[in-house]
Amino acid sequence: MKILVMIKQVPDTATQVKIGGDGRAIDTTGITWIVSPYDEFAVEEALRIKEKRGQGEVVAVSLGPDRGKEALRSCLAMGADRAIHLNDPAWAEADTLATARALAGVIKQEAPALALFGRQAIDDDMGAVAAQVAEVLGWPCASWIMEEAVDESGKTIRVGRQVEGGLEIFDLPLPAVASAQKGLNEPRYPTLKGIMGAKKKEIKDVKAADLGLAAEPPALSVVKLESLPPRPPGRIIQGEPAAAAKELVRALREDSKAI
Amino acid sequence: MPGAYWSMVEDDRQGAPKKVMAEVLGEASRLAGAAGAQAEAVWVTDKATPEGLKQLGEWGARRVWLFENAAFAPYRAEVWTPVVADLVGKETPQAIFAPVTTRQREFMARLAARLGAGLAADSTVLTAEGGKLVATRPVYAGKLLAKMTWAKTPWMATLRPNVFRPGDGAGAAATVEKPTASIPTESMKLVERKQEANTGLPELTEAEIVVSGGRGLKGPENFVILEELAKVMGAAVGASRAAVDAGWRPHRFQIGQTGRTISPKLYLGFGISGAIQHLAGMRTSKVICAINKDPEAPIFKIADYGIVGDLFEVAPLLTKEFKQLLEK
Repeated sequence: MKILVMIKQVPDTATQVKIGGDGRAIDTTGITWIVSPYDEFAVEEALRIKEKRGQGEVVAVSLGPDRGKEALRSCLAMGADRAIHLNDPAWAEADTLATARALAGVIKQEAPALALFGRQAIDDDMGAVAAQVAEVLGWPCASWIMEEAVDESGKTIRVGRQVEGGLEIFDLPLPAVASAQKGLNEPRYPTLKGIMGAKKKEIKDVKAADLGLAAEPPALSVVKLESLPPRPPGRIIQGEPAAAAKELVRALREDSKAI
Repeated sequence: MPGAYWSMVEDDRQGAPKKVMAEVLGEASRLAGAAGAQAEAVWVTDKATPEGLKQLGEWGARRVWLFENAAFAPYRAEVWTPVVADLVGKETPQAIFAPVTTRQREFMARLAARLGAGLAADSTVLTAEGGKLVATRPVYAGKLLAKMTWAKTPWMATLRPNVFRPGDGAGAAATVEKPTASIPTESMKLVERKQEANTGLPELTEAEIVVSGGRGLKGPENFVILEELAKVMGAAVGASRAAVDAGWRPHRFQIGQTGRTISPKLYLGFGISGAIQHLAGMRTSKVICAINKDPEAPIFKIADYGIVGDLFEVAPLLTKEFKQLLEK
C-alpha cells in the first residue's frame, strides 16, 4: 500500500519572526525551520500503517523553496522511503488553492491509496489544503482524525474525526484524503541509523511543467504584514490573597466590564 | 443590486443556529449594508425549526436559502459542496462567510476549491477598502497579522468566534427559499458518533469566559478547583499543552498552537507560564487575567490583570467572590 504524506516546512514556534523588506513576507534570515507539528503526526501514522501491514511505501511530499529539502530529509530519517520536492519559482506566490492543485497533480501521478496531511500548518494556519486536494481529486476527505484503521483488504479506512462535542467514526473507500489532529499518535524521533540512511534516500525534484501546470495568479494574497498592536499595560494586583481576589473581581466588573 | 453577502449557518444539530451566527450575520449585514447589498444565510441541514429561521432574520439575514434533507447529516463536505456550489453559480454572491468550527473550516476550503475562490481562514477583522474586502488574520503563532485580499468574488472567509459584533437581534423576518438540489451520493459512511459526556459547561471555542489551567495545577485531580469556578461563571475549562501532554486533560481542551484557538471576552489562566505556543491560542482574548506564583511568568506581559500568588489559595477565593457578585 502506497501512502503519500504532504508536509510543510515552517518556522519553529519559538523563533523570532520579523517582517521582511517588501512588507508582505517575513525576513527569513536566522530562522530555525521545522516540519509543521501536525505533519509529523501524519508521517508517523503513515509509517505505522506500513509497519502494521508489513509492506508498503511511504512517500513524503513538500512544496517550497530549496531549504524545504531539510524538512523532507527529516521525514526520510523518521522512516519515509523517498521524497518528492515541488520546487519551482512558479509556486513562489502559491496560495492554498495553487498548492492544492500542485499536490493533487503529484498525487494523481503517484496514485497512492491514501493521502495524509497535517490538520494545518502552523505558519499561516489556513488549514485548507487537505480538503482542497480532496476536491481537486474528487476523493472523500476526513479532517482532524484522532484514530484510523485501514481495512485488511486495503480497500477502506475507518477514521474517527474530531468535531465539536464528540468523535465521528466513518468508513471511507480508498483512495482517500485524511488530515491528522493532535492525539492521533506520538511521533517517533529519528534514530541515528535513520538519519544516516536518509542521506542515501531519493528526493526527486518536480517542476510545475512536469505536472502540466503553470504559474497562476493567487486567488488570495497578502497585502501586508503588520506587528501586533500593543496591549495596554497590565496591572499586578497586590495584597493578601483574599483582598487581591476581591479587587480582581471588582476590577473585572467595574473597570473592564468583563463580567 | 450587488451580490449578496452570505453566511453559512452552523447549527446545533437540533434545528437551531448556534449563537456564533449572530456575529457572522452581524458582520455580513454591516458590510453588505455599506455596499448597498443584503445579507443572506445559507443553511444546509437535516432539520431546521421555524424558531431557528426566525432567529436568522433577527440576526440580520434578509433571505435564508434552506437546504433541508436527511442526506445532509452527518455533515460530509463531499455532499454539501456541490449543492452549495450550484447555488453560488446561480446567485453569484459577493462574499461567503462562516464561523470557525471544525466542519465549516473544512467545508469552506472544499467549496473554495470547487469555485476557484480564495479563502481567508480564521479572520479577526474584515474591512471594506476601496471596493475590495480586506481580511486580517493572525499568523506565525499570532506574532504577526496578515492583511489579505481576494483577486475575485466570491470573497470567502471564516470568522473567529467572539471577535465580531453580533447583530442587534431586531431584524425583520427573513424570506425563506428552498431551492431544489441534486444531492450527490456520499462515499463516507457514518459508523458511529461518540458523544462526549455533557459537562454542562459551554464549548471551549464558543465560550465567552474561559478558565484555563497549566502545569501549576500539579495534577489532574486539581482541575476540579477550576471547574468549580467555571460553573459559577458559566465558563469553559481549558488547559495548556503542558497539562495536556502530562495526560491531565484530554487534548480537545488544549488551548494553543497545537490545540484550540479561543478568543473569549474574559480569559483567566491559572498556573500557566504563557509559552508562545499557548499565547498563539488565546492572545486575541479581550481581557486576560493571570494567576501565577512566578512573577517572571511571560503571561504577565500580556495580562490585563495579574495576581502573583498561589492558585490553590486564589482560585477558591475567586469562586467565592464571583458567586457573591453573580448571585446578587
